[in-house]
Amino acid sequence: MLKYLLPVGLFAVLVGFLYFGLGRDKETLPSPLIGKAAPVFELTRLDDPGKTFSNSEFAGKPYVLNVWGSWCVGCRQEHGALLEIARRGEVPIVGLNYNDERQAALNWLEQLGNPYVVSAFDGEGRVGIDWGVYGAPETFLVDANGKVIKKHVAPITVEIWEQEFVPLLAQAKAGSP
Amino acid sequence: MKQLLLAAILALFGLQALAIDKAPAFEDPVQQARYERLARELRCLQCRSETIADSNAQLAADLRRQLRELMAAGKSDQEIMQYMTDRYGDYVLYKPPVAPRTWLLWAAPALLVIGGGIVAAIVISRKSKLPDTDPADPGLGAS
Repeated sequence: MLKYLLPVGLFAVLVGFLYFGLGRDKETLPSPLIGKAAPVFELTRLDDPGKTFSNSEFAGKPYVLNVWGSWCVGCRQEHGALLEIARRGEVPIVGLNYNDERQAALNWLEQLGNPYVVSAFDGEGRVGIDWGVYGAPETFLVDANGKVIKKHVAPITVEIWEQEFVPLLAQAKAGSP
Repeated sequence: MKQLLLAAILALFGLQALAIDKAPAFEDPVQQARYERLARELRCLQCRSETIADSNAQLAADLRRQLRELMAAGKSDQEIMQYMTDRYGDYVLYKPPVAPRTWLLWAAPALLVIGGGIVAAIVISRKSKLPDTDPADPGLGAS
């Protein structure tokens, strides 16, 4: 009896491994930033190299940080969704213009529309590294206490926004302890 | 001919320096060796299967720059690795840390060898107890 059950059992284990192993999302890496204080940065504004912007200006208020670049195909893909999310006005979207050229980025916003309350210019990708960015577009939700409570890698859609971000907005506004 | 061969071999060794950087990052050969060793221990998260020493991706170039700056600032290996894992998690390390949650990972090779050895031992000892002649197959050993 065991002689027949053993291969069947092993096969079942293999199927189990494959089912969970292949079904897992291996593209999205867990962010060590979740639940931690958002790295503070101070960069020049994309639209005005003479002025700086720091995310500390949002102290006490929740915001979304969207990492984008005019070179990034996924960013073009998600742009319509960002415009729609911005139009709803639930939470301000800050842009982190990552590893980009200023003029190319400005042209992009002019052509496609600007969903951002402000875009910070991270031409050398230094702030991106502090935020653990490994592939634009990435979208972070920061709560009122300045903690990162959600990260989405890959283009965002209105559906993902409604399912994964909107339920967290109340918590984001209250600020977690 | 011999000299040509020697030259070819030496040329290959020359390529051992980081393939991506155009010039050595440090004048001090000790620091340069340390830089190359650390770059080979860090994963490029854009390309996953490459170290930042091998990858041509923008993120790898940025991380190499970060590594050079941290070294120039006199940070220890441990501080540099901590800096990287604080931002990118353990996945950035080519050599995962030995911790309770990675014990299975580190023990897996030994467990597989032991498991395979036990199975092999059982099969061999069972087969060796069988008679040499197989009654179901008179063709063999039946002479």
